[in-house]
Amino acid sequence: MTHPADPSRAVAEAAARDGYGRLLALLAAQSGDLVSAEDALADAFERALRTWPTDGTPGNPAGWLLTVARNRLRDRWRSAEVRRTEPLDPVAHAPVHLDALETVDPDAVPDTRLELMLVCAHPAIAAPARTPLMLSTVLGFTAEQIARAWSVPTATMATRLVRAKRRVAEAGIPFVLPGREDLRARTAAVLEAVYGAYAVEWSTTGPEPRGAPSEALQLAEVLAALLPDDPEARGLAALVALSSARAPARLDPDGRFVPLDEQDPARWDHHLVERGRAHLRAAHGHRVLGRFQLEAAIQAVHCARTGQGRADPGTLRDLHEALHAVAPSLGSATALAVVTAGTDGPARGLALLDALLEPYGAAARRFQPAWAARAHLLAGLGRDREAAAAYDEAVALTHDASQRAHLTRRRDALTT
Amino acid sequence: MRYTLLLHYPEPGEGEIPAETIREVQEAFGRYGRALQDAGVLVAAEVLAPGAATTTVTLRSGALQVQDGPLAETKEALAGDFVLDVPHLDSALGWAEKCPAAQFGVIEVRPVATSFVDGAWTA
Repeated sequence: MTHPADPSRAVAEAAARDGYGRLLALLAAQSGDLVSAEDALADAFERALRTWPTDGTPGNPAGWLLTVARNRLRDRWRSAEVRRTEPLDPVAHAPVHLDALETVDPDAVPDTRLELMLVCAHPAIAAPARTPLMLSTVLGFTAEQIARAWSVPTATMATRLVRAKRRVAEAGIPFVLPGREDLRARTAAVLEAVYGAYAVEWSTTGPEPRGAPSEALQLAEVLAALLPDDPEARGLAALVALSSARAPARLDPDGRFVPLDEQDPARWDHHLVERGRAHLRAAHGHRVLGRFQLEAAIQAVHCARTGQGRADPGTLRDLHEALHAVAPSLGSATALAVVTAGTDGPARGLALLDALLEPYGAAARRFQPAWAARAHLLAGLGRDREAAAAYDEAVALTHDASQRAHLTRRRDALTT
Repeated sequence: MRYTLLLHYPEPGEGEIPAETIREVQEAFGRYGRALQDAGVLVAAEVLAPGAATTTVTLRSGALQVQDGPLAETKEALAGDFVLDVPHLDSALGWAEKCPAAQFGVIEVRPVATSFVDGAWTA
């Protein structure tokens, strides 16, 4: 939720999350029982915290944790067997799911987190549950941390997570990699779920960045590392990195909202900008265009400007045109109209806005960014009275105080 | 235009919800109330006591009848209300979506037909 102040601590935390997901993916794979696997892993971590400071850190920490957690799972299975009233049949009741774990070499723990991510984004899991499930299992975030990012009570999020985890076991979702063709479609759902950690789509206000950019960044990095040759996985990692890079500049020192073209590039995180550019270059090398690469490319154009000023309008319009063709949405339609105004003037932008929003009907009327864009374009045309009315509409659909203040300032700056 | 958000959710039993959760929900409602107030759209907001505390009054049959308990025992009971003054339904729906109770209950968004303001019913 927050960027740890100490970079070395952040690195250590990322490494711990890395290890958590790898071990959980292995422990849960055979039984499909995420809850028992989590409990066993938590026990193993707890024991490590207790014994490593006195006995010394083992040479292979991951192998040590895997062995302890595996033994813990076996103990549980045994005690569960003992409680049963029926006589134990050693063949029928054999702990099949543990046998496969025995063959895992603790010295070379394989990375099966892609299988785990595919489980989280499986069609049998309700779409809204996929992103929280991924944050919980792949990165080991607690229900409390995830709940904070979604602005819901911890208990509500905990219930949703438990329900989703039970569903994995009850529906028998397999921890496997599907064939090449299926993998493409299933990967798209994984990308969506990772994207879900970056932006929460409210029906009235459009996608809103939430307090969880660091989680989204970590998830996107894990996925890009697991699918280094997937241009869209790279594109998504680039998008999240480039957008997160600008987070420090979104509010001025007084907590006021600063629109993109007024942000001070000196306040952007240049390390993240570089990281995003590297992912984007890798993605473009594959010569297969996709939605996330286009969104990332748009972010990269914005990040390319130095000093106060606008990014290249012609390039922006081309990219937004391509994005709206590949993945049309209310957001892409609104953005395309705004950048078209940048190249062809506000009249063309406004006409395009009307034309592009028409198919969305009532949903467009509830979409706050479309009203803000309309107000901006009308003001550019000197139609101040209509612009003020559009700003009022945008304000009525805004729930964020700093954005509302920004829109109100723009409206009050009109001459009427 | 005024809209009333009517909050409906199952009434929890005594001690059924941990104190920690109650505190979190209270904080969420606090943030929500402040956001409504910041936006200048809040007219009134109440969270109601449990249905068991309700008393009903009627003279419908001619004689006064005072009864213990709510009008109807339902699984999802009326639990609170927010009266908002917003430009239109879309704005009211946007605020309903942000209401913490939407996470665990159902919110009815109902236009107000007329309100008693400054000594008279509004037209």
